[in-house]
Formats: sequence, C-alpha cells, structure tokens
Amino acid sequence: MFEPVLTQNIHRPDSEKISTYLANGGYEAARLALTQYAPQELIDMVKRSGLRGRGGAGFPAGVKWGFMPKDANIQKILAVNTDEGEPGTFKDRQIVECDPHQIIEGVIIASYAVGANRAYVYIRGEFFLGVKRWIKAIADAYEREFLGKNIFGAGFDLDISVHRGAGAYICGEETAMIESLEGKPGNPRLKPPYPAQVGLFGLPTLVHNIETLACIKHIVQRGPEWFAGIGTAESKGPKIFSVSGHVNRPGNYELPLGTPLSEIIFEHAGGIRDGKRLKAVIPGGASTPVLTADQADTLMAFETLEKAGSQLGTGAIIVMDETTCMVEAARRIAKFFAHESCGRCVPCRIGSVRLFETLERIEGGKGTPNDIDYALYLAENIDGRTFCPMGAALVNPARSTIQKFPEEYQYHITNKTCWVNRH
Amino acid sequence: MLPQAKTKIRNPKSRAMLLAALYIAQEQYGWLSEQAIQRVAERLGLTPGQVYSTASFYTMFKLKPQGQYRIQVCEGLSCYLIGGAEPVIDFIKKRLDITNGGTSPDGKFSLEIVQCLAACDLAPAIKINDELYGNITDEKIDQLMAELSSKE
Repeated sequence: MFEPVLTQNIHRPDSEKISTYLANGGYEAARLALTQYAPQELIDMVKRSGLRGRGGAGFPAGVKWGFMPKDANIQKILAVNTDEGEPGTFKDRQIVECDPHQIIEGVIIASYAVGANRAYVYIRGEFFLGVKRWIKAIADAYEREFLGKNIFGAGFDLDISVHRGAGAYICGEETAMIESLEGKPGNPRLKPPYPAQVGLFGLPTLVHNIETLACIKHIVQRGPEWFAGIGTAESKGPKIFSVSGHVNRPGNYELPLGTPLSEIIFEHAGGIRDGKRLKAVIPGGASTPVLTADQADTLMAFETLEKAGSQLGTGAIIVMDETTCMVEAARRIAKFFAHESCGRCVPCRIGSVRLFETLERIEGGKGTPNDIDYALYLAENIDGRTFCPMGAALVNPARSTIQKFPEEYQYHITNKTCWVNRH
Repeated sequence: MLPQAKTKIRNPKSRAMLLAALYIAQEQYGWLSEQAIQRVAERLGLTPGQVYSTASFYTMFKLKPQGQYRIQVCEGLSCYLIGGAEPVIDFIKKRLDITNGGTSPDGKFSLEIVQCLAACDLAPAIKINDELYGNITDEKIDQLMAELSSKE
C-alpha cells in the first residue's frame, strides 16, 4: 500500500495554515538543505532522484537546474508555474489551496540550489482562492523568516511575489508565461535561447510546475534513492492523477508513477458510473491521444504511455463510458484549442479553427465523405509546424479518435446522426 | 547570438505591473473602457496601444460593460460528460432571459461560456464572479439566482 507523500497534509483541518505545516515537520527540509548542503550537492541529488517535470513535458528537473549559469554575479530567477489550464487537470489547484507551504519549501530549496534570489509565482487568474492562499502563505513564511534576508542564517536571500494571470491557456507554456509576467500578451518565444539562458527580464530563469516543486522537499528529506525507488525505469516518484468523467469517485489520487490505468479507474476512482462499460480514456489531459478500453492496463508512466501511442502529460485522466460520442468529445476539445490559440503563427491560428469547424460539421450531421481525410490533412499540416508545442497538442484528440474510432466518424457522415444513439 | 544576461533587472516596475494594473482598473470602472485603458497607460508610462494589446489578449479583461454578477459556465469535456455545458447554459439563458456574452436587462447578470475551470472533480462547475460552484444542478442554479437577485 502506497503512502501518499505530496498529498499527505491536504486532508488535515486547516492544512493551508503555516501552524499546521510546522506542526508536521514543515520547513525542516529547507533548513537542512540550506545549512547542510552546497548548491551543487542539491543539484546532483535531484538529478539522482530521476524527478521529471510534472507540468506536461516531463523534462528531467536536475538537468534543468544544471543548465542555469553558475556565475554568482549573474542575477537569476525562479518562475513558479501555477497556470493550470489543461482540461481535465485539477491537481495544482488542490495543492495550492490545501498545502501552499510545501511548494514554498520547494521554491526555497530550488532557488538556493541554482542561486536565484528572486522568485515569481504565476497563477491562473481564475484561481481566486489559490491567489489568496499563495499571498497568505508567502506573508506567513516572511514573518517566520523562511523568506527574505539570510534565511536560516545560511547567508541566502530570497524574495517571492505573486502574479495573477488573466485567462489564457497558452500562458502555461513557459516562455508565454514569462511574456505574461512581463505584462505582455502571452505569445510564446522562440527557443533557443531557453529560459535558463534568457528568461524573465532577460535573466536566466528556472521554470517549474508546482507539483515538481512539491517533490523537492521530500527528495531532500528522504533521499534521492527513496524517490528513485518509486515508479518505473524512466518515470520516478509519486504523481498526482486527476480523475474525472464517468467514474464514481472523481478526484486527485496520488500514486506511484507506473500504476496501471485500470487500477486508478476501477479501484481508486471507484469504477464506471451506473454500471456502464468503459469506452475510452484520455490519460494525460485534453491534449494527449485517447486510449481505448483495451488499453486500460497501460502503466501510467512517461515511457509506457508513449509506447501505447499517447502521453503522460499532466496525468489528468478523463474517463468516458459507452454512452460517449467520440466525435463530440473530439469536437469539444478542438473548440477549446481553437479558442486558446494565441494567434501568433498561422498553422495554429487558422488550423485549429478549421479543424474545429470540420469536426463540428461531422458531429452535426453535415459532414461530407471527404471530411475525415480533410481533418487528418489539417492535423498533418499543423503538427510540428507551429511555433510552440500547442500545435502538436491540438491535433491529438481529433487524430487519435479518428484512428481509434473510425466507424463513429463514418456513421456520423453516412447516417447524419450519432453512433451511440443508433439503436 | 545570445543577448548578454544583465546583472540588474531593467525597468522592473512599469510594464510588468500591467496585468495587476488592469485588474485594479477593471475593479474601479467595472470594465476596461477607453478611458480606463488611457488612464492605465498614463500611470505606467506605456502607450494605450501597448495596454490595449495586453488587455484584449486575456479573456478575464472585459472590454465592454458587465453585469454585477458574471456567471461563467464551463464547457469543458469533463463537465459535459457529467451533464454540464449546454443543458446548464440553456437553463441559465431561460432563467435570466439572457444570451451568451450578454447582460440581463436589469444589469444584474451577465453570462459567459468559459473553458476548463480546473474543477473537473466537481463537474459540472460554474463560477459567479470569483466564486466557484461545483456539482451544479438546475435547483442549485435556481437557488443561487434567487439569492443574488434579492441582494442589493
């Protein structure tokens, strides 16, 4: 039986308060890190742990830390990404609302390790409670001198401030988030240079999702070997899976990476509602390719999901039962991406809208026999041809549902109505 | 060629404050009128064009007047699967005699269809101003509207 680590505090009464956090060993890991370890030792530790970013891309965190310039004369920044917007994902909201100090502790350790004296928190504008919790937690941490000058007497200074986004999915992309922090529209920047070289205000910037930062204190406290002992060959540590859709108990479940998808759906989330049968699952948030019920035994890890033709993404599992129209599911997600395209590059700006229109035509019984090929043609010409990863993301739902449920698309076009209502 | 990283943050206060300043202006004016944009630009030493370009990019900045209570209905996949989105939207439209993007005749409510609110565990979810409401039913909406209608 796996003992939750990242979510161990969230069910305690007043879990968001600093007194609760301190009563449960809070800030001891940061004290240990700043007083007992040299920055390079911490970087090596995170490298050895095998921690990969939890915001969707899965980049090794320790390697990212190693990219930051070592020159102490260069001012560096840590940017904290709380811009959770991938449909199906609601883990970051819960961590910020219920255990913000766990993230601050990770911020302190990470900032010390890479030599950043300034941290910027970027939070989704819609998360009003989250904003309040962030501000309160930071104020309390300042009061106890966990932030500010000479933290733990280790001669390390760190200041943090909170910045509210204003409703733009693309700002979860690290360079778009940096643009937004600078007060501009959230248009992604060309990479390279990567933020570790040229980031916020032109300074080297380390950008992390908050679940990644939440892992840090536990790695320091329990050791990188403990962390690397959880999970699979290429996916280490605990992970919060957000489960939603047609399950009996939707919610966040913290489990080791590599847990079978079927175990999460049928044991932890209580199985499919109303005794219905499982039809399809989106395993990592709306931008990841759909899996069929036959693939439910896939392990929830980076490499295993890739082998299955999908991605771990943010670990947001959207469960669909036999009553779900896959064309409608794809249409809805396509609408989301058409709405959220930042408009900077043509394949995404125009392509996302054309793809949505095509799916809407098919779903509404107005599709022509060419429309399926046209949708695939659009996908082909968007994927890999956009400025940022959003292009690759936005084609996944349409392309994967066409590949896995072609009969439903065909049925819509031939019969002008939905496959699931065919009886 | 990479630009040389500067040892000091240039101009740290002005443009980076823009989102925060727009929130304040929106709070004061109710929405971001031309006058509000102009004023923010003056205060931060930016051009109105720079301010407008940011204001128009983000969905939470309103470039037209809004109702006292802004109802935001999530149309995400997870909400739809649990009976949300269109049924909820249609119910509110009828209940308040309002269109998507419109404001009720008394100026009390406006309706907006929004993307995932990251509350899929509470689907179907809506927000009214900054408050999140989960597991929404017609009865719950009815009750909420009645409460808000009677408030001054």
